[in-house]
Amino acid sequence: MTARAEAEPMLTGKHVYRVHWVLGTDRLRGVCHCAAAREFDDPVELWTWLLAHPEGPPAHQPTNGNGSTR
Amino acid sequence: MIPRNQWYVAGYGREVGRELFSRTICGESILFWRTRAGEVTAMSDRCVHRRFPLSEAPTRLVDDQVVCGYHGFTYGADGRCTAVPGQTRVPRTARLTSYPVAERDSFVWVWIGDPERADTTRIPTAPWLDSPGYTTVSGMEPLRARFGLLVDNLLDLSHETYLHGGYIGTPEVASTPITTEVDEEAGVIYVSRHMDDAECPPFYARSTGLSGRITRWQDIEYTPPCLYTLHSRIAPVGVLPNADGSDPDAFHVEVVYAITPETEHSTHDFWAVARDFALDDQAVSDFLAEQNRTVVLQDVAALDVLETVLAAEPAGYQELSINIDTGGLAARRLLKRLAERDTPVAAV
Repeated sequence: MTARAEAEPMLTGKHVYRVHWVLGTDRLRGVCHCAAAREFDDPVELWTWLLAHPEGPPAHQPTNGNGSTR
Repeated sequence: MIPRNQWYVAGYGREVGRELFSRTICGESILFWRTRAGEVTAMSDRCVHRRFPLSEAPTRLVDDQVVCGYHGFTYGADGRCTAVPGQTRVPRTARLTSYPVAERDSFVWVWIGDPERADTTRIPTAPWLDSPGYTTVSGMEPLRARFGLLVDNLLDLSHETYLHGGYIGTPEVASTPITTEVDEEAGVIYVSRHMDDAECPPFYARSTGLSGRITRWQDIEYTPPCLYTLHSRIAPVGVLPNADGSDPDAFHVEVVYAITPETEHSTHDFWAVARDFALDDQAVSDFLAEQNRTVVLQDVAALDVLETVLAAEPAGYQELSINIDTGGLAARRLLKRLAERDTPVAAV
């Protein structure tokens, strides 16, 4: 995966969830405040995963860019 | 569902004076007036006696007391009844519900919920509206739609391209990716869309004088449930802020909305446009006021129709969300959490 051109963080809290629209694609990359990250096609599925993290279902590994959306 | 135990904008300070003024906020009819000392006060707009609306003539304000125009029940600025007709004893329970209020940034904020929990330090700020470095135009349009539809609308500005073409919409708005950030603890959602090379829409071309293509940044900051600010930065293509954060060669517009539920199915759509350029140019003020009101009315027309349609749909109707909805979905979740946290025990 090439380096992502992502926007600078604007919120400075300790528990900020971030979602980047991956440039040049239709995919969304969710980043938990625990640094776990995963890509999705669907924002509803993305928020379900992200907002349950890191206390939710078993932690997912940072994505390899081809994360399953199930 | 409307979140309670929250601050909501009830109006502009200029709307509240020595005339009795009423507005329904979150389903509660509230009477506002200003004491002789200049303090805004808020209380129920229904006389405890026979429920006569105190905002209706011939009810009147006498010094710092409201005298009901039906039977003369008289109330002080704290809502307590001080006199009733024909007898000297005032019933102990003769008291209007009073509401915590605060004036900030030209707005009058009212607390809807348990008064004991009202904390003015939790009121979000929009300092541009009241700052000497900015010139502001503002207004309010009634919306016959649930407030969540306006939140959806404002969190996804890609609709500008289609609903507001010729005003603020250009092709680049819908086609530029966004970044969304959510801090649930702080209660804030931030959505950024930075367009590096975009057409300049009439709203900005005529107000700034820029004629070529522009760098256009849209940074949304939403503090649910009520206050929304779009930090808008306009500059010629390639002009960026300095390393120290100063940004003298750009035009900055703060587009502020206060999204206040009137009822479960209607909303007060407060809007304000504050700019840091052409501060004394009345023609620019008139233009931005007319343009933004037009844009707001385009949203109102669309959302009024949408409310009618949704109100007739069976519960659990199907929607489809795509990337542009990322911020709106986050807002829905935060609003749902706020509403569920303070849901009163259901009345039987």
